[in-house]
Amino acid sequence: MIEYRNVGKTFPDGTCAVGDFSLTLPSRSTTVLVGSSGCGKTTLLRMVNRMVDPSSGQVLIDDEDIAGVDRVKLRRRIGYVMQHAGLLPHRTVVDNVGTVLRLNGVGKHDARERALAMLSVVGLDPTIADRYPSQLSGGQQQRVGVARGLVTDPNILLMDEPFGAVDPIVREELQKELLRLQRELGKTIVFVTHDIDEAFLLGDQVVILRTGGEIAQVGTPADIIAHPADDFVRSFIGLDKGRRELRIEERDGVQVVVDASGRAAGVLKP
Amino acid sequence: MSVLNDTIDWLADAASLSGDDSISNRVLEHLGYTVETVAIASVIAIPLGLWIGHTGRFKLIAVGATGAMRALPTLGLLTLIGLYLGIGLTAPLVALVVLAIPPLLAGAYAGIEAVDPQTVDAARSMGFTEWQILTRVEVPLGLAIIVGGIRSAVLQVVATATVAAYVGLGGLGRYLIDGQAVSDYPQMAGGSFLVVVLALILDAVFAGLQALATRNHRPSRHPLTV
Amino acid sequence: MTWVSDNLDLLRELFLRHAWISALSTLIGFAVAVPIGWYAHRHPRLRGISVALVGVLYTIPSLALFVLLPGILGTGILSTVNVIVALSTYAAAVMVRTAVDAFDSVSPPVLDAATASGFSSSQRTLRVELPLAGPVLLAGVRVVSVSTVSMLSVASLIGVANLGSLFTDGFRRDIVDEIVAGIAAIVLLAIVLDVLIVLAGRLLMPWSRVVVGANR
Repeated sequence: MIEYRNVGKTFPDGTCAVGDFSLTLPSRSTTVLVGSSGCGKTTLLRMVNRMVDPSSGQVLIDDEDIAGVDRVKLRRRIGYVMQHAGLLPHRTVVDNVGTVLRLNGVGKHDARERALAMLSVVGLDPTIADRYPSQLSGGQQQRVGVARGLVTDPNILLMDEPFGAVDPIVREELQKELLRLQRELGKTIVFVTHDIDEAFLLGDQVVILRTGGEIAQVGTPADIIAHPADDFVRSFIGLDKGRRELRIEERDGVQVVVDASGRAAGVLKP
Repeated sequence: MSVLNDTIDWLADAASLSGDDSISNRVLEHLGYTVETVAIASVIAIPLGLWIGHTGRFKLIAVGATGAMRALPTLGLLTLIGLYLGIGLTAPLVALVVLAIPPLLAGAYAGIEAVDPQTVDAARSMGFTEWQILTRVEVPLGLAIIVGGIRSAVLQVVATATVAAYVGLGGLGRYLIDGQAVSDYPQMAGGSFLVVVLALILDAVFAGLQALATRNHRPSRHPLTV
Repeated sequence: MTWVSDNLDLLRELFLRHAWISALSTLIGFAVAVPIGWYAHRHPRLRGISVALVGVLYTIPSLALFVLLPGILGTGILSTVNVIVALSTYAAAVMVRTAVDAFDSVSPPVLDAATASGFSSSQRTLRVELPLAGPVLLAGVRVVSVSTVSMLSVASLIGVANLGSLFTDGFRRDIVDEIVAGIAAIVLLAIVLDVLIVLAGRLLMPWSRVVVGANR
């Protein structure tokens, strides 16, 4: 379980990224932090593995204040997946995945075995194990990044807009993979995105943020869509543009679902 | 073309000489100064440059210093230190070390800076210590530029050591300075030719080393182990 | 600094001499390098050869070049022409690389737009490409002028009079002040030339923001 208690962050140059943020993220579920750029979501994410330290307040993991935990050790037991995979270009795929294992003292042979196994888990063909990141496609690189984050079997997985840099088709595949993985593994996932659709797809708990890390609304996707807290939320999730206000029209004898501007959004299936 | 013939004659004669003024001795002396000064300067400049590149601190001072030193006339520095430290090898060698520092320093911090910050961030977030980041990520990826700095330094020293013969250093520069003193142009030309050959050979060697180092970035086959 | 006050005339004479030799060599090097760089930028095959050649030239120690050139050119070793050719060669060698980079840095879509607007080929080169490559070229000239000023001092070893003569003279006669004066004068000259180049850049390229101290 991750808990933010009155967390605030002001950077040395004066920018206030987060004002006063408090939230509990339940274990073994996916919490998505969503908002436009500059709302502090990445800052908040990076507080969990102490890539950023809060100026005020505390971050607790399983009721332990992580300010007292050695940063390097903390990072070795938390998985982190970033937008452009951040793979080490001078190491092979399998070496990349096994990196943290080796840092933790696991032997070369064991590390390789576990890394190869993890490649299969994320849906990659083990034959790419000895290739270099530059030889992989964007989607493959992201999967390797996820494999690397999961290889130590951490309880917590942090994901910073991990699917933002790939094309929409690949993104959809990766999102499906993540859902499958989560069903199998049950990690505590903290996921950052600016895409509300992605948030609704992946999140068990969705946190919509305003600038300064201010919480506009927290809840399940269904809750938020059904009962948006205010105009900001309504606008952010697209309710006010009529995209999500759907009704049924009959066209050529087929029940077509149209949005507020009359554009066809889908068909009704019983 | 008689100049060319005279020069070739001189080279042939000098090649058969033995003792202090023989070509082999002068070449070895010259190489010796180069290796010694670059080694000492490296010990000073490279760790400093790596630290500046990794932490990002004092970058402005480093850039300013390297730039300023490029403006310093080598002969001026050599004669000045020569007057202060007196006759002997110490003075010119000190000057050579000082002049070798800027390219080494610049190569070191430029090499580290050239590494993609995202890669460094990823390594840090995985739990590498700062030292591990430097040694296992930044240096391997920046190696080509660091080696480039050493290459520049080596060429710089070869050139300056030639000039340093004026303040008493041995090496191939002796042929130029001694030849000038007695207006023996073939000797000067012969010596110059040898210096050029030495410089080109060393440059080619380092170009090869740089090419090897660049393979870290685009490796073709063998994975590096942790 | 009694030496300085006693020898102001000499200082001024050497300073001016050093100034015009360095400036001329830098200019010639620049004038030669820009067209070569432009061609090399256009033709990849030429680029490989010229970069390699230039690299070789740059590797040659300056004193060696000062000595060898008279033999090759047939001029006397003491002649100033000799020194100017050598310094220009160095300047050109460094500038060709910069020139290629400069032309590489001009954004292809902009050139495309110029052609589409109706610029002829030569108009485009002179009025669009060259000015846009200007800032990088300028940075290169600044570096070259500094190293040329510094390099000329070595020519005093073969008897060519310049500020470097203060070093040989001061060393021989054991006058530290003279050497220090020489170093100071050279640094001063380098700064003066640099300022002049930057000003010229501002005049010729009012649209670009010339940052003092860049690329050092």
